[in-house]
Amino acid sequence: MVAFAVRRLTQSVAVLLVMSLLVFIGVYAIGNPVDILINPQADQAEIARATAALGLDQPLWRQYWTFLSGAFAGDLGKSFVANIPAVQLILERMPATVELALTAMVIAIVLGIPLGLLAGLKPESWTGKTIMAGSILGFSLPTFWVGLMLIMIFSVQLGWLPTTGRGTTVEVLGLHVSVVTWDGIRHILLPATNLALFKLSLLIRLTRAGTREALAQDYVRFARAKGLSMRRVVAVHVLKNIMIPIVTVVGLEFGSVIAFAIVTETIFAWPGMGKLLIDSINVLDRPVIVAYLLIIVFLFVALNLIVDFAYTLLDPRVRLAGARS
Amino acid sequence: MSAAAQADTPRLAGEFARSRAAVVGAGVLALILFAAICAPLISPQNPYDLAQLDIMDGKLAPGAKGMDGVIFLLGTDDQGRDMLSAIFYGLRISLGVGVMSTIAALAIGMAIGLIAGYAGGWVDGLIMRIVDLQLSFPAILIALVLLAVLGQGVDKIVIALIAVQWAYYARTVRGNALAEMKKEYVDAARCMAFGAARIIFRHILPNVMPPLIVVATVQVAHAIALEATLSFLGLGMPITSPSLGLLISNGFAHLLSGKYWISFFPGIALLVTIVSINLVGDRLRDVLNPRLASHYGV
Repeated sequence: MVAFAVRRLTQSVAVLLVMSLLVFIGVYAIGNPVDILINPQADQAEIARATAALGLDQPLWRQYWTFLSGAFAGDLGKSFVANIPAVQLILERMPATVELALTAMVIAIVLGIPLGLLAGLKPESWTGKTIMAGSILGFSLPTFWVGLMLIMIFSVQLGWLPTTGRGTTVEVLGLHVSVVTWDGIRHILLPATNLALFKLSLLIRLTRAGTREALAQDYVRFARAKGLSMRRVVAVHVLKNIMIPIVTVVGLEFGSVIAFAIVTETIFAWPGMGKLLIDSINVLDRPVIVAYLLIIVFLFVALNLIVDFAYTLLDPRVRLAGARS
Repeated sequence: MSAAAQADTPRLAGEFARSRAAVVGAGVLALILFAAICAPLISPQNPYDLAQLDIMDGKLAPGAKGMDGVIFLLGTDDQGRDMLSAIFYGLRISLGVGVMSTIAALAIGMAIGLIAGYAGGWVDGLIMRIVDLQLSFPAILIALVLLAVLGQGVDKIVIALIAVQWAYYARTVRGNALAEMKKEYVDAARCMAFGAARIIFRHILPNVMPPLIVVATVQVAHAIALEATLSFLGLGMPITSPSLGLLISNGFAHLLSGKYWISFFPGIALLVTIVSINLVGDRLRDVLNPRLASHYGV
């Protein structure tokens, strides 16, 4: 187990280093930020001064070295536009994105697992088929289009819900949170639903497939033969066994929810870090783009690591296979 | 196509037709393809010929009559452009980009996957690590980064779409190629002292290709959706190549003032295209290769 942990950790650090290099080189190729940031009428001396101030006159490897040693100290450069540290800018926006992503995940889980169970228990029924058709639609519809339709129906036509921003936030443990005020809930409802839709469809399919598989197993037949009620068989025996893949997928998909929040945040003007990324790409604010990508990469690597460890703890079969190799 | 496969075609077609949804999907898809290919012939106006546009016809509701008595079935945008014509032209661009990038990604992914599977050793290890690394990140994130780096343009978006797709094919092909290489015909080819390139492309490739083409059909829908998303975010197609995503994006500004049709109808066109491709692709997969499951094995 220790050897496994060390190996996985080393791999993760290697991935982080490779990705930092890729991200840095990639973003370095974006046009020269000096052209955008300073007055087009500036003379050569002014341009040179600005270039030196931003550290852009150094050779590429030295810029990477400065960047990497800064990264270890949590310093990824200052935003060209806001002139405050890029990491600070992103961390300020992060709670909004995490709140949105968590709310979306909760919606997906709370609706997805029961609907998937229902569809799995009665696959041929009218309900089961409707649920599956809905989940196919949820997979096919592009997120941004669903977002537009939600705005069109619930904001423009019905006028029930607001379309932009977070609404009233309340400070909880030093973080601004929307979901504790009624106004905040009204604001988060549409974007969170929008973001949840894809994961909801995925969870429905997973739960349905798992349920159908579990129902055909001997232990379910045995539990039924023992005279247990169907309700108990499903709630205890089936649910327990389909939880392992579901927990894994929920953990792994959390990263992709944060990534997809880029689209949802742009549509609903949700002030999270995804919207910040799009705004930064549009003005070529290089440090912010790099910092965002590194934070996301770190998040993904960390999530993968946690899921791997959790998996080893949850499923003895994986643990044994790992110990043998 | 071999003689045996030709004899199979009517049977497979019959099996395909047993799913009513797939037949409807195929019909709709045929109509969409027709509209896209013949856009200049069937469009009421050329939406990008400024001489044919009249700013006075701007933002007309669906079915309204224009200044010179023309009826705009799906309304007009802020420049007086007929939405129906814009959608036909947009379909052309969306489908073109989707199909082109998928074919290129398929070719590249297949070549890399075959090389990895055939070479084995460190080449295989390196390629598969890159594939794993890439597949652990969402496609949209990778595409966004690439576009941020490369800038805008039709060629750039095609490159981004290829970059997010190739790894998936490479992994699938490598797995299939490894299985094929254990078979006797590859041993036989080796005994004949054929070169590696000949064995890979003449012997193994034809055997790993058919299931991939089915996967690629569904991938076209993903590529179209991704392109539309990127264009909507303002990082995809340039204004000179208005794909469906860009049309939707242009209409977004007017959505809040109740002029829904400018982004609603292009969205419906996008939706119908994606769903019909998925219906056809899923059915093809079931008919041709029941073993092949979609993502997550469900």
